[in-house]
Amino acid sequence: MKLHLKRSFAAACGALALLTLASCGDPAPQSSGGPPTVRRVTKDQYAAIIGDIFGTDIKIEGRFDPDVRESGLLAIGTSHVSVTPSSLEQYDSIARFVAAQVVDEHHRAQLFGCKPASPTAPDDACAAQFLAEVGHQLYRRPLTGQELKAQVAVAHEAAGTLGSFYDGIATSLAIMLESPRFLFREETAEPDPDHPGQMRLTAFAKATRLSFFLWNTTPDDALLAAAESGELNSKRGLTRQVDRMLASPRLKSGVRAFFSDMLGFDAMATLAKDPEVYPKFTPTLIGDAQEQTLQTLTDHLLARNGDYRDVFTTRHTFLTPLLGAIYRVPVDTKTGWEAHDFPDGDQHAGIQTEVSFLALHSHPGRSSSTLRGKAVREILLCQQVPTPPANVNFAIVQDTKNVLLRTARDRLTAHRTQPTCAGCHKIIDPIGLSLENFDGLGGYRNQENGAPIDAGGELDAARFEGAAGLGKVLHDTPAATACLVNRLYGYGAGRAPVTGEAEWMKYLQAQFAAQGYRLPDLMRTIVTSDAFYRISAPSKPDGTTQAESVPASPKEGKS
Amino acid sequence: MKFDRRTALKGMLGGGAVTVALPFLDCFLNTNGTALAATGAPLPTRFGTWFWGCGLTPGRWIPQKIGAGYDMPPELKPLEAFRDRLSIFSGFKANTDGKGAVPHYTGSMAIMTGAAPKAQGMVEAPTFDTMVADTIGAQSRFRSLEVTATGNPSDSNSRRSSAVINASEPSPLAFYQRLFGPEFKDPNAADFKPDPRVMVRKSALSAIKEQRDALLVEVGAADRVRLDEYFSSIRQLEQQLDIQLQKPAPLEACKAPGQPGTTKLGTQIEDVTANHRLMAGLMAQALACNQTQVFNVMFGDATSSLRKTGNTTTHHQLTHEEPIDDKSGCQPEATFFVERIVEGFQTMLTAMDSVREGDGTLLDHMLLLAYSECSYAKVHSLESIPMFVAGRANGKVKAGLHIDGGGDPVTRVGLTVQQVLGVPVSSWGAGSMQTSKSVTEIMV
Repeated sequence: MKLHLKRSFAAACGALALLTLASCGDPAPQSSGGPPTVRRVTKDQYAAIIGDIFGTDIKIEGRFDPDVRESGLLAIGTSHVSVTPSSLEQYDSIARFVAAQVVDEHHRAQLFGCKPASPTAPDDACAAQFLAEVGHQLYRRPLTGQELKAQVAVAHEAAGTLGSFYDGIATSLAIMLESPRFLFREETAEPDPDHPGQMRLTAFAKATRLSFFLWNTTPDDALLAAAESGELNSKRGLTRQVDRMLASPRLKSGVRAFFSDMLGFDAMATLAKDPEVYPKFTPTLIGDAQEQTLQTLTDHLLARNGDYRDVFTTRHTFLTPLLGAIYRVPVDTKTGWEAHDFPDGDQHAGIQTEVSFLALHSHPGRSSSTLRGKAVREILLCQQVPTPPANVNFAIVQDTKNVLLRTARDRLTAHRTQPTCAGCHKIIDPIGLSLENFDGLGGYRNQENGAPIDAGGELDAARFEGAAGLGKVLHDTPAATACLVNRLYGYGAGRAPVTGEAEWMKYLQAQFAAQGYRLPDLMRTIVTSDAFYRISAPSKPDGTTQAESVPASPKEGKS
Repeated sequence: MKFDRRTALKGMLGGGAVTVALPFLDCFLNTNGTALAATGAPLPTRFGTWFWGCGLTPGRWIPQKIGAGYDMPPELKPLEAFRDRLSIFSGFKANTDGKGAVPHYTGSMAIMTGAAPKAQGMVEAPTFDTMVADTIGAQSRFRSLEVTATGNPSDSNSRRSSAVINASEPSPLAFYQRLFGPEFKDPNAADFKPDPRVMVRKSALSAIKEQRDALLVEVGAADRVRLDEYFSSIRQLEQQLDIQLQKPAPLEACKAPGQPGTTKLGTQIEDVTANHRLMAGLMAQALACNQTQVFNVMFGDATSSLRKTGNTTTHHQLTHEEPIDDKSGCQPEATFFVERIVEGFQTMLTAMDSVREGDGTLLDHMLLLAYSECSYAKVHSLESIPMFVAGRANGKVKAGLHIDGGGDPVTRVGLTVQQVLGVPVSSWGAGSMQTSKSVTEIMV
């Protein structure tokens, strides 16, 4: 009932939008905002920041601690993780490795705006100039006088002891790179003069949230300048920056980072397939598969400004020769990637039929309707599937007659007759079964163990045939677009939406519908709103009564 | 009362006016007040955990006889040579206390944190290896070391909170480099010169430490805990550098091993076994060279992903799906992995036992707790979860016993282990698993 209302509201809203442009849903409802976050910089962000500040030829070698997924996103987990001794050791060694490259003979000329009086002695003036500039970008705000003084003192002492100005700078830079001011994106809030009694992010915190959300990297000079001048606090100034950022090619990096997180691509790093069952599986192939999906998404959502719902039905994708071998499509390319359109009627339609999704949600040696159905529910529709009961009775599955249950459908139907299992399997397996035409690596098949595959599926009330049928249902399910809105907002805010944001989330969904489900428009609505920067509770000077983060929902486990 | 590391240290140091920013040098005295590692001095008691997923087969790993001289059950046959230094704990159970069992998770967290977790990935208290590390680990270069043979750094049970997880090192080569790379100071090297670069780095860390007070007041309580953990890590790093600046006392058993080559990481059983073997050897030398005194090893992950080449099912899937063979009473394919797991444990014990040290071997000077997350994976059973304690802990435990818990909570074992290792704790665990009843049979 609720869904139905929402859908008709969205539809009405969309129709209205055609008549009175952009007036629909205006003005935005009040939002409580949420607590400020302190987010640990991710591995990809670290690399992007170093690339932005010092150049992409600076190598980053070392292990980063795994991020933790909460409420469906690593981005939300970054608001709860810390730095353990072993992880700090890694940050330390990466920082020194980066700093050594920055000051080496090859880089110093282009990265330093000054030359020391002597290369073998401290030079505080030159050190201050370099460290202030770099520190500004690393800390996403100007260094305080005290911070700069301390960093210059480190450089001075080290340069003296080691007899090298540049080694002194490297020591000081490494300290900045492992400082909590760099490794954690700490958000600060201030009273909002436009809304007395309410709090908002400070301009620098705003710039940081904006930059990591849209670009997945540290704010650039222009954005920091807009924060410093206060321009970012005005509607016009904010819009000017948002226009610039949405038009930048860097938006693609931001969108890729978001979907990599939402689709769980971090698990690709440890994805394993049995080499005898799937001899075509290699780390390169799986890297290509991930890239294929990201290219499909950015091409459709950014380059074509397409409707988000069509990502579940699109036949347009990009392939490499390695992927071509799985899709049985000859890919003749010199450049590595070729655009490809699957013909009408082909079962390959939508990102849920791509190798990245199919292989990730399978067992090492076989497909899994259960894992795939669970992934559709949890990842694409944001619906939590309960963990299996502790005391599973597999009596039926173990029955020796089991050898007659040749297909996955046969085995799962047997398993589903167990009442304790039925509840969940009933809502996940019928989704996954529609993808049974794809093996554990994503290759097409129409038989399993010699028996023909029945790829009929069900999602709630909808019955459909095969992967393409599933795509059509996903396309029409309001849960899919609501999920995207929820995840995107949580990704930007670093926390799941709170109760006081319920009206605002509904508004966002209506706006998304009114805008024809265009991702850049949705991003614009979020980042130009007051709600995105609204902070719910003032932090007292002693920090004692600041609102706690929203309780994290359970981390997703593997099953 | 919440018992954290700081209160532990505070108690240890006699309750002086210790508040924050504890200088690590104060910790160089160990809890017994004995000097460390000077030749002829008492050898430290080390602690390790060894984890595997999906339990063992009921009826095939519990000895008939209780106490000393137990009969070696079929699934534990490879451990025969260690019988006199291996205690078997059966009949200890994890309670869920109304929170619902989280499959493949509740059991291990009950053993390590003393409390049933609310959900996957969450813990109610730190795992007790971190308490042991805070008690005995402060004297060595690394407070603790975590490794996994599964190829996945996320496979780690060691955690201070739901979000602070001590990630595992999955690569033997990287583990070697961390331990015995350029920053390793050979305690037996003839000459020693403090490295000015290390001096500079140590001094520079003060620029970070100075930020602590200002930063902590800016954030909310939950974030303060996280940032405080960061600053603890800074102090740990500072201490590592400090250790590198001092001439280490010679350690007769310390012989830096050779560098392993690059190995294939993953959950294929051949790779797991090979990587685990390398890690076991490196870990033994890490202990002998006083690089650490506390370690955590994951042989498999909780939902045991171990698998054979060419086979479509993992150990975990087999435990659930494979029919039981009437004759042997076990699941033959799943048992293949149980055998490899027990052999893996044998490899670890052998690695520790092959380092001669003082009047015995490393194994005599350590306590190694091996445990799984369920007893019978087929039904995720939390009753009688297999636990083993190996080693003599410098004579602090009676070894070679079979203890029957008779349905008591698993926390009794964790409490006992902590007490043996000098953690000042008299009662441990939460809810129905709270206990002050140590397993006195193994205590000397």
